[in-house]
Parts: sequence; structure tokens; C-alpha cells
Amino acid sequence: MTELTSFTIAQARDRLLRKEFSALELTEAHLASMERNKDFNAFITTTPELARERAKASDERIAAGKAGALEGIPLGIKDLFCTEGVMTTAASHILDAFTPRYESTVSQKLRDAGSVMLGKMNLDEFAMGSSNITSYYGPVKNPWKAKGGSNADLVPGGSSGGSSAAVSGHLVMGATGTDTGGSIRQPAAFTGIVGVKPTYGRCSRWGVVAFASSLDQAGPMTRTVRDAAIMLKVMCGHDAKDSTSSQMAVPDFEAVLGQGVKGLRIGIPKEYRPDGLNAEVDALWNKGIGWLQDAGATIVDISLPHTKYALPTYYIVAPAEASSNLARYDGVRFGLRQDGKSLDDMYAKTRAAGFGAEVKRRILIGTYVLSAGYYDAYYLKAQKVRALIAKDFTDAFKKCDAILTPTAPTAAFAIGEKMDDPVAMYLNDVFTVPASLAGIPGASVPAGLTAEGLPLGLQVLTKSWDEETMFRVCQTLEESAQFPTLGAL
Amino acid sequence: MSLDKATVRRIATLARIEVPDADLGTVAEQLSGIMGWIEQLKEVNTDNVAPMSGGTDLKLPWRKDEVTDGDKVDQVLANAPDGHDGFFTVPKVVE
Amino acid sequence: MSYILKGETGDWEVVIGLEVHAQVISKAKLFSGASADFGAGPNEHVSFIDAGMPGMLPVINERCVEQAVRTGLGLKAQINKRSVFARKNYFYADLPQGYQISQYDQPIVGEGTLVLDLADGSTRAIGIERLHLEQDAGKSIHDMHGTKSFIDLNRAGVALMEIVSKPDLRSPEEVGAYLKKMRSILRYLGTCDGNMEEGSMRCDANVSVRPVGATELRTRCEIKNVNSVRFVMQAVEYEARRHVDVYESGGKIDQETRLYDSNKGETRTMRSKEMAHDYRYFPDPDLQPLEFDDAFVESIRKTLPELPDDKKARFISAYGLSAYDADVLVSERENGEFFEVVAKGRDAKQAANWVNTNLFAVLNKKGLSIAESPVSAANLGRLLDLIADNTISGRQAKELFEAMVETGKDADVLVSELGLKQMTDTSAIEAAVDQVLAANTEKVEQFRAGKEQVLGWFVGQVMKATQGKANPATCSDLLRKKLAS
Repeated sequence: MTELTSFTIAQARDRLLRKEFSALELTEAHLASMERNKDFNAFITTTPELARERAKASDERIAAGKAGALEGIPLGIKDLFCTEGVMTTAASHILDAFTPRYESTVSQKLRDAGSVMLGKMNLDEFAMGSSNITSYYGPVKNPWKAKGGSNADLVPGGSSGGSSAAVSGHLVMGATGTDTGGSIRQPAAFTGIVGVKPTYGRCSRWGVVAFASSLDQAGPMTRTVRDAAIMLKVMCGHDAKDSTSSQMAVPDFEAVLGQGVKGLRIGIPKEYRPDGLNAEVDALWNKGIGWLQDAGATIVDISLPHTKYALPTYYIVAPAEASSNLARYDGVRFGLRQDGKSLDDMYAKTRAAGFGAEVKRRILIGTYVLSAGYYDAYYLKAQKVRALIAKDFTDAFKKCDAILTPTAPTAAFAIGEKMDDPVAMYLNDVFTVPASLAGIPGASVPAGLTAEGLPLGLQVLTKSWDEETMFRVCQTLEESAQFPTLGAL
Repeated sequence: MSLDKATVRRIATLARIEVPDADLGTVAEQLSGIMGWIEQLKEVNTDNVAPMSGGTDLKLPWRKDEVTDGDKVDQVLANAPDGHDGFFTVPKVVE
Repeated sequence: MSYILKGETGDWEVVIGLEVHAQVISKAKLFSGASADFGAGPNEHVSFIDAGMPGMLPVINERCVEQAVRTGLGLKAQINKRSVFARKNYFYADLPQGYQISQYDQPIVGEGTLVLDLADGSTRAIGIERLHLEQDAGKSIHDMHGTKSFIDLNRAGVALMEIVSKPDLRSPEEVGAYLKKMRSILRYLGTCDGNMEEGSMRCDANVSVRPVGATELRTRCEIKNVNSVRFVMQAVEYEARRHVDVYESGGKIDQETRLYDSNKGETRTMRSKEMAHDYRYFPDPDLQPLEFDDAFVESIRKTLPELPDDKKARFISAYGLSAYDADVLVSERENGEFFEVVAKGRDAKQAANWVNTNLFAVLNKKGLSIAESPVSAANLGRLLDLIADNTISGRQAKELFEAMVETGKDADVLVSELGLKQMTDTSAIEAAVDQVLAANTEKVEQFRAGKEQVLGWFVGQVMKATQGKANPATCSDLLRKKLAS
């Protein structure tokens, strides 16, 4: 039944409704793929029994003519989303055995739409990383390998690395990701799939383990633009339990597909082409510009002058918020606890044992930049620069309807590389972080391969609440690129 | 910006993360590296710029004053490493 | 009436600022839908939000915002139409999120005023620095286990108003007056029940001393969580004396947090707070700024009751009461309301006197609130009517009042039951007068010789002969007439 794993969500949805195969068969095919591809380490927890149960229920609903928008579609849920009765770890030792008694709003919406969760996807610990190597549950392997040369295992990007690897390798048809500084878009680029980070406030953050509250956004990771549109529509919507959730109506993103880009103005920011930009990345970007031009878009040169300050800004704002968000992991109410001779000793031992090196580093940085005497120089300064970065985009969108950039500065690298220099690792997110700081939507579309045969992605950004334009541009790129998606493995 | 061992010890204490003395030097070096890279923000002129403190400019929603939650001691304590008779516990605190 | 601490090196004055934590009256918590009520079993009033579970988010309770604005208006304070919630970061067993959602540099209410009513009848205005909304913490229970503290999060997340005074207070007496007045205002407004014993109103006192005449502030100590007005006054008195003694013996005061031990009557360093604080406040990214418009403020202003200061002024001007009587009557909203029912259409001073003296003596003795009074305001008013129309004498009134307290029956019913009606039949009184005069010829001579005081004695005798039912004025008139003839 391997061929069942090769369908897109849109294809499977239609075939399920036509009863060409059952939801249970579709789920079984993916469970088998999951089993065959265990060595990717894409899952932290698998839930095959739960999946079969839900698939059977889907078949009943299909039979009763009550199919939801994602009825019977096997999905992976990033292990940052709390799932009722299913262990949720954030890939951290400190959440050992934590089994929420509640379901995140986004995963609940996906459930309500009939989708079938196959398990909880691996990620960087607390979503802090760009290569999925900081997971307590070990690194995830990218299904892609470089042609010729070494046979080294490559990273799938991060933090949503389990999701990207599993979607790319056909273990699941789609997966949820979360994006704080690029954690959906960069792994999508590294694994040759589509990743969408919607406008901040589109998807409820309720029940998603928080990393940096003012930046965290959930989004879909799929193999096609259409699938991302289908999945995003289900994931979005107002949630009264999240004060930052938008009450704006959710458009039918799928409906805009096919409208093309004729007449759209596409902005090309000069700051995204620094000296020493990888030549292959540069070339692919130019190709993308050409495709959009050929499809009838107008290309506009724009400037986003504060781009180079986005990463350092991010590395103040995100760790500061994280240092506070992660204070609740203290060994008292859930998760790991290490005994100590006093309350403070218990805290310090629990948190030393429970958090990995990168998480500790960010907590310490965050604590430092908020501490007395440094707040103004670092945190307040970063908030002001963040405002300037957001204004750059506001100004730019007066001249263009969408912005096209590369998603990441390189293709996937080998597991183990860039480990000893945190800043070198942070630079992976150089193109994705600015949009996160501004809160605007962004998507990565697989657009080409390097000489070594590794995927590269192009990023499309639009102004807040204009995901529809973003999807139109993404689909044109997808059609033009004819990206050689991995076959079912 | 360079962080010395004493600073690392101070922030580690504030953050309640035990850092063995032997590791203080390494951690101080790593954090100094990151903070040094962050220093470039000083170049940016932010005079008269209002800070952006959240991810959205949506209006803060208010909820009605109604009791809609609670009465779920079992669920609240379900994951507690050391629950006792409906309470969470910690090592004894002396005030 | 300044409060001076005598020292060997000279006179010292004490400088006190108070932080009152007042629990907002609301059904649910500030940021969660769990009940804010007292008295549930451990962790029963706890939601996943209150327990700081992963992924939980705060949503603000509109009632708590209204209550804060209402309190701000009651304190004649500046209302900030835009305020910001900030996280105050610290680790403690009863703080599940690892931070308290509070307000820092942009509170919902700014500067205001509270007027102290002092025992000598004078008043003094004390500055309010700010009022902000914040979450309460949970409760640690240390005596249930040998090596563990137990944590109950029922209080965690309940809305508090922290009301900070300026360092304007200068004596334990002023501290007491401030707390009583604050409690009175909060109760009038219905924003906090002001119950210090149950912990719904708590007080931290910042205390320092300085030589009389000095203007700079010296190092202060914060005395935390004292749970009665009397204890706060005692703690401040002790702490001020301690500072003077330390300074005079050449020592120095460390800025620190202290606890008041009411058994020993002394303050001591709070061990659990020894670690240096650095709260790392920053705007809570889960909550946008709190904003509302003038119309919202005005809609609350319209529903404000008459507050103690205004009521006191009215009682003095409209009823001619003394400042002291007015203070007592306005201290609780219900007292004033009771009084006004009694005073309506009657002698207001007499009404105030009966409420403040006779009624409160009974209520205090029985430990009752005015709402539980065995004598209703209408009934007490009826008693005053009976005095006014000469149905009963003053002495009979006291007897009647006691009976009303004991039985709860109406004044009129008791008057006939007890046969308390004053004699209105002049001939009966005249007979008694004749009898008394005939039996005391010596005294009659004395009166006629000019010893006027004897008249009072005669009135007493006539009253006795009539079992107190005669009207004393009628007796006196008749006696004068007879003695003159």
C-alpha cells in the first residue's frame, strides 16, 4: 500500500470521499512508513492505536456523509502542542512523562476536522534550534542525502525537524510546526517541502508550549502549497482563550489558488543579498524572480534597512521571553524533579538536569538582558529596533504586494556541523527572523536543488493578514519550479 | 560585552540553574561571544522610537466575570511528581 | 500631635509608607475562570492556568478592571486609560508560573488622596502613589509534614489591588487611621471586603526614621503581611524604636524584608527572602496593554456611592453632628444608613447619640454587626418618638431599649406590655405631690427659706411614688406651684 503514502492531502481527501480507499487503509500505510523509517527519529511518541481508532471513526463519518475538511488525513503533531492523554515533551528532559489533561486549540481544530494524529514529532528542545540537534530525544535525520561525496546524515532543519523530515519522507501527509524565528520555514527549505508561518495571531497559541510568546506562531508543513492552504484554514481562527488571537474572519486560502500573480508587485530587498551570499542560493533567487516576472508580476527593488539587526534583536527578545516562560519548569507540578536540600536547591538541580545546553544558554542570556542595569541597554533597545524592523516592512509594502527572498543561507548541513559555535548556528535564521519580529506571514516553497542535489527554498512574505497573496505567489513558484519532491520511501 | 564568572553565577542563581564552578568559565565565554555579537545593536539610532513589546496591536479582549473553570484537583495534580492529599509539595520552606 | 521617639542623641521621627493588598471582589480570578472564593478544599479552585501548566494563557476578567477603576475613583486618583501588565519574575513555591503578572511602570491608577480622621477630630491628607492590579500567589503550608511544605494554589491568580501610599505617615496612630479609612472606602465601594483576618486585605509597611528636622529619607525596612490593624501599628512602633536604637548605638540599618511576630511583639528578618531580588520586570507578551475610554470611566463614576468624607461633611452640616459622631457613623456604610433612618424627621443629635452610644454598646457587647442589630432603625426611631411626645420618660426609654434588645419586639408593643406609659393624668400626679409635701414638712420649710436645691429631691420622691411614670417636668411645675402657695 506504499502508493497510498504518495498522495497529497488534496488528492487523498478527494479519494477518501470517493471511497477509493478507507481512512484506515490510508493510516495503516502511513503507520507502515513510520515503522520502516524509524531511523529518521522523526517521532518522539507514536500513537498507532489512537490513530487506528480515529481512522475508523473517520470512515464512519465519511460513510455518514459527515466528513470534515481533513477527514481521515494522517498528520504529525509537533511535540510542542499539548495533546490530551498523550505525552507532550517539548523534546526536553524536564517534561519527563508529562501527559496533559487538555488539548491545544490548534490540535483540537485538526482533530475536529477529522484528521488522524499518528504521533508527536521530534523538535529542538523547546523549539530552540535550527537543526533539531538540541532534542533530548536525539537528532532527526533529513530524508535527503547529498549526491556523491560523503554519505553523512543531514539535519532536517529546526526546530520543526521531526515534522519536516516526516512530511518530506512521506511518513505523514502533513504536520504542524511552530515558528518563532524560522522554525517552520527553514526546516521546510532543508527538506524540500512547503512551510507556512501565518500572521501572528492567526493560530491560537493556547496549549502550545511557549518559547517566545510575542513571536510563536503555529503553521502547516506539507508537500504542496494547496495542502498547506487546506491545513492552515483548519488551524486558524479566533480563540477566546488566547488574548493575542485575532477575531478576523479566516479566508478560504485554497480558493485563491490558481489566481496567479499577474499584476502583483514583488519586492526584492537588497539587504537579503549580502556579500558572500551562497552562489547557488543567489542563483535560485534570481530564477524565482524570473518565474514571477514570466507569470506577469512586476519586480520592484525595495530596501529593508534594519535587516542586519534582526538576528541580534531576536537573540535578545526571544531569550528574554523564554527565560520567563520556562520558569514554570521547576519540578513542582509536572515533569522532572531532582531532590534538593532546600526549595532553591531543588529548583537549581531540577533545572540543571532537565534543560539541555542550548536552552540553558538562552535562559541565561534572557535573564541577563532583563536584569537590573541591563534592561534598557538590551531589552528595551531590542524592542525599539524591533519596531524599526516592523516599520521597514510597513514601508516596503507601500511599494509591493509580496516580498521574495531565499529562505535559508545554505542547504541542509551534516549532523554535527556548527555545533561548537552558537552564533554560526543562529545565522541559519538570518532570512526568516525579520518577518517573525514584524509578525507578518511568511512561507517557504521548495524551488530547486543544489549541485549536490539538496533542496533549497524561496521565502514569500506579505503584509499582516494577507496570506491569500502569499499563497498565490507560492503556488506560482511551485508551478514554475517543478520541484522533484521525494517519492514515497 | 564580556561576562565574567561572577556574573554568570549571579544570573544562574536568578534563573535557578545550577552551574558547576568548573563550567563557569566555559559558559561565561559562550555567553560573552553571544553578547559581543549582540553589541552591534548599539549602532542603531532608536531616538524617539516607541518600543514594540508584543507581537500584535490587537485590542486586549476582556472576559466576563464568570466561574467557568476549577474543581479538577485530580487533573491539576495528575502530573505532580510528589502530590499529597490534594496538595503539591516542595522541600520544607522556613520563613 | 506629632509622634516623637526620644533618643539619647535627640528626637527622631518615623516615616512610614504602606502597601495595602486588597483582594478584589469578583466571582472569578483575574486571568482565569476559576472561582475566587475562600474556603474550598486544597487546589479545588485551580484551573490549568493557575497551576502554570505548559501552554496556558491569561485572559483578563473585566470585573477586576472595573473594580480597580472604581477604587481609583474612590481615592480621587488619576485613572490611566492605558496601562501595561508586566511580569515580575521570581521563584517561589506558591508562584506556579515563576512570575507574577502585575503592573510596573504603567499602573491602571496613578496619584490620589486619602484623608485621615484622627482621634482629636482633626484630619490629614495622605498621598496615594498608585494602585495596580496583580495576581495573588498561592499558599504554602509548612506544618503538615516533617520535611515538606504543602502547596495550595486556590489563591493563586485571584485579583489583588496593590495600593501604595506615599511615605506620608508619621505615627502608629496615623497608620491605624489610614488602614481603617482605606478599609472603609473599599467597603463603601464594594471592591474589597477589607477583612484583614481572612487575608482579603493585607498590609506591608515601609518604615524608616530620621532626626526631627531632617528631610532626607534613611534606609527603610519592609514589614510584610501583617494581618490586623493593631499588629501593623505595633509592628511600626517596634520597628521605629529598633531603628533609633541601632542608629544611636552607632549601627546601620540594612534594607530588608522583615516579619512581625505578634506573640513576641517584635520584627525579625524574613529568612526566605534573603536572596537578593532582581525581578526582571518586562511587559507580559501574552497581554496587550489594557485600554479603555472616558465613557467607561464615566459609567463607573456614575455608580459611585457617597463616600465617607462626603457623608461626614453632610452629617456635620445637615444634621449638626460633631466631627467625632460623624466619623463613627460614616466608618461603615451601614452605620450611616441606619442613622439616617433613625434621624429622619427627628432630633438628629439625639438620634446620633442613641446609635453611637446605646446601640453600639449593645452591638459591641454582643459581637454583632449593625446589619444583625436586634433593634431595627425604624424601631429605634419609634422609641425616640415616644420620648418626644412625652409618652415615656428618659428613664423609661432606657428600660424600653433594653427590653427591645432582649426581645426584639416593637417599641409600642413593649410600652404597653411593660406598662411604661408616662402618667398624663395631672390629678394623679397632684395627689402624689400633695402626699410627698405632707410627709416632708421640714424640707418644705427649707425650700421656703430659699434652699432651691430641695426641689430636685422632691421631684425624685414624686417619681418614686409614681413608679417613674410621672413626667418629671409636670412634677416640677406642680411642686413649684404648691410650694409657692
